[in-house]
Amino acid sequence: MAKKTIRTIPQERTAIPVQTPEDRVQNFAEVALGYLQGHALNECERCLLCPEPACVKACPVAINIPGFIEQIIDGEFHAAYETLSDANLLPAICGRVCPQEDQCEAVCPVGDTLEPVAIGRLERWLGDMAIEQGWNSQPYHEPNGFKVGIVGSGPAGIACAADLAKAGCDVTVYEALHKAGGVLRYGIPEFRLPNQVIDVEMGNITKLGVKIECNTLVGRLFTIEQMIDEMGYDAVFIGTGAGSPKFMGIPGESLNGVLSANELLTRTNLMGAGDFPNYDTPLHLGKKVAIIGSGNTAMDAMRVARRLGAETVYCIYRRTEAESPAREEEIHHAKEEGIDFRWLTTPVEILDDGEGNVRGMRCLEMELGEPDDSGRRRPVPIEGSEYEFEADMVVYAIGTNPNPIIGQTSKLKLNQWGYLDTDENLATSMAGVYAGGDIVTGAATVILAMGAGRKAARSIKSYLGIRDTDAVYLPEQGGDGGTLFGINLEERNFVRLQGA
Amino acid sequence: MTARAKNCGGNSGGKNGDGGSAGNAAPQGASFEILAREDFSDVTYLLEVSHPMMAKAARPGQFVIVICREGGERIPLTIADFDTERGSITLVIQAAGKTTREMQQLCQVGTSLYSMVGPLGEPSHISEGGKVVCVGGGLGVAPVFPQARAFKQNGAYVIGVVGFRNEDLVFWRDKFESVCDEFIICSDDGSVGIKGLVTDGIEIAAAKHADIDEVIAIGPPIMMKAAAETTREHGIKTTVSLNPIMVDGTGMCGGCRVLVGDETKFACVDGPDFDGHEVDFSDLMNRLTRFKADEAEAMERWASEADQPAALKSKADASAPQRRAVHGDIGVHWGTIKDNDGY
Repeated sequence: MAKKTIRTIPQERTAIPVQTPEDRVQNFAEVALGYLQGHALNECERCLLCPEPACVKACPVAINIPGFIEQIIDGEFHAAYETLSDANLLPAICGRVCPQEDQCEAVCPVGDTLEPVAIGRLERWLGDMAIEQGWNSQPYHEPNGFKVGIVGSGPAGIACAADLAKAGCDVTVYEALHKAGGVLRYGIPEFRLPNQVIDVEMGNITKLGVKIECNTLVGRLFTIEQMIDEMGYDAVFIGTGAGSPKFMGIPGESLNGVLSANELLTRTNLMGAGDFPNYDTPLHLGKKVAIIGSGNTAMDAMRVARRLGAETVYCIYRRTEAESPAREEEIHHAKEEGIDFRWLTTPVEILDDGEGNVRGMRCLEMELGEPDDSGRRRPVPIEGSEYEFEADMVVYAIGTNPNPIIGQTSKLKLNQWGYLDTDENLATSMAGVYAGGDIVTGAATVILAMGAGRKAARSIKSYLGIRDTDAVYLPEQGGDGGTLFGINLEERNFVRLQGA
Repeated sequence: MTARAKNCGGNSGGKNGDGGSAGNAAPQGASFEILAREDFSDVTYLLEVSHPMMAKAARPGQFVIVICREGGERIPLTIADFDTERGSITLVIQAAGKTTREMQQLCQVGTSLYSMVGPLGEPSHISEGGKVVCVGGGLGVAPVFPQARAFKQNGAYVIGVVGFRNEDLVFWRDKFESVCDEFIICSDDGSVGIKGLVTDGIEIAAAKHADIDEVIAIGPPIMMKAAAETTREHGIKTTVSLNPIMVDGTGMCGGCRVLVGDETKFACVDGPDFDGHEVDFSDLMNRLTRFKADEAEAMERWASEADQPAALKSKADASAPQRRAVHGDIGVHWGTIKDNDGY
């Protein structure tokens, strides 16, 4: 086939069918409806199939992106899914929630002149096709006799579990809630990540032989130490997340109608409160809801409130849109859905209606001054700019602290902020115990957690002395199994090895 | 005991409706089966739930979060007792709102809860020796019992003070008395023991003993507040167990936040025990009214005969027990604020 150049590929990025804002604020169905085959093939044509793909390096789990795209072009959809799921067992999930614009798509050379290849949409399309077709790869894994426990069934734990199960370990995942998935289940709303997608992709994990036990709070029902000393685990991975919500300490914070975004999302996504009283958990949503914060969690909270019938939804953020950590796509969708963004505004007090409920907020306007430690321009209050507005619910989405339970119940070393202290191989202070994801880094993304889970799996395999049966081995060098011309041999990505 | 436990809500045991994702829903073979049940009155009942691992791990002061049936809500219930031989934990529940009334009806021996997680919360601090007063108001008698027993086992001199509205609501009198060196029982109407409130009982104990090291008080918030005010005058350290509304119970949502001194604490991971003299009870009582309107709506639907299980999202099967009209006082619910119960 003739070599592709930037001029010969389709110039426009293939648009994805989307629900209109007017429709979608009335329902919890997905906003982006997904590519059809025609869209996908057209978008695949735009990939230049770079010999040294920058996108693979930028992917936290090193998916062989040009590899699966080429297979789609050749019509080998199932093989493409195999390539994709080799690195990422949750493609329908990641295709929906990854910030591709900051990762693979950010470094795509097509993006230098045109819009980058829509890698995320292609990943989602393949993942959805696999769900529809019932594909899942289940190669036989010879048991190696090692038993590994995973604490937390969120993305970090699941990714770690999958890799270890594929290596032949006997893996059990413990989850405190009554349903598995962690933040995928309780945090990300249905219109961004349907529960059905979570169910099927998590089901693929259990088909690898991984056991998931819910209703188990590790640290309280049994401790990490007990797992190693009494329960026969050879290694443990901790992926418990960073879920404890932060508040500001301003007056009025404990009034009725003030809650964290975590609480709002858990009631809605996990417990079905949007459908009260058919589901027993109430939410008691206000008519005028103010969300403090502008990250992805804040966006989720705002858009859930909108769909559940709030007439006015405010976003209160002390910096501007440019400094907001949320995905551009989420902000864009939120604006379309009628969220009232109050940038450069900071809350000062939550006002009481005299009966212990929220009646409004008093805020202060800000302007941007000099940059602070994070490099972002620090907001500075404008004297005398205080104003009040009516609200009957205030939702905090200003970040989280590490969940304290593992720290309270084990002797694992914590760092100065309360997160688990780990080395560059994700090993904690206890032999055989590894940790990754938000409980180590603080709140981040699903894909970074998965990357950490996979990295920890490599470390655990090294610690236990488990060998991948098909790889070529060089002498052990630290945590990795060695490299061949710069390609990590732990990676079973033979297309890349052939190119070396 | 049925070999295949049937879920309280009518779901068949074993499948928890999670699609392909959850695998085995319960840890270490726990079935959440109801092994025994006792009805102390029209409103108070006891459930003994199978969970061998939790029976081993549970410590006084800890609690569980329970979901009765799929689609139900998560509610906190203190562990009133734990038995490692029978492999069970015991919950004592007051039927006040929709969920506790539904459980009263559906949770029969042989059925299973949909979900139960625990033991949650920091275990109570039980001193070695010393002299303590363990105060239980109404339903509070159940959660304070394991603490009283633990103090006794640790060599402390235990003075038990329990209070009920009237004789018909009394439960566990002998059980509680058996772990106490002294025992005072009070009732609002004088039908049993002293006519008075538990605060009267505390005063009697304080008058008799000048060397009380600690008072543990558990019951409705207004009772704990009154108990703390009583002991403040005597300068006795007082520990209370707080009961805010909870959702996850694992420190993740902040719904259970309480004001203690000038700090915000999460009752589910920092508590549930706190210094009674530092707790802002007015704030706690206000926050317990968050869902007053929704609770009323749920109760109305529950109480109306027209509201059949088929209207609910749960997959209740046709053989679910017939609903009967529930009579009796609403009483004081462990998780919501109702009448001041005389305190």
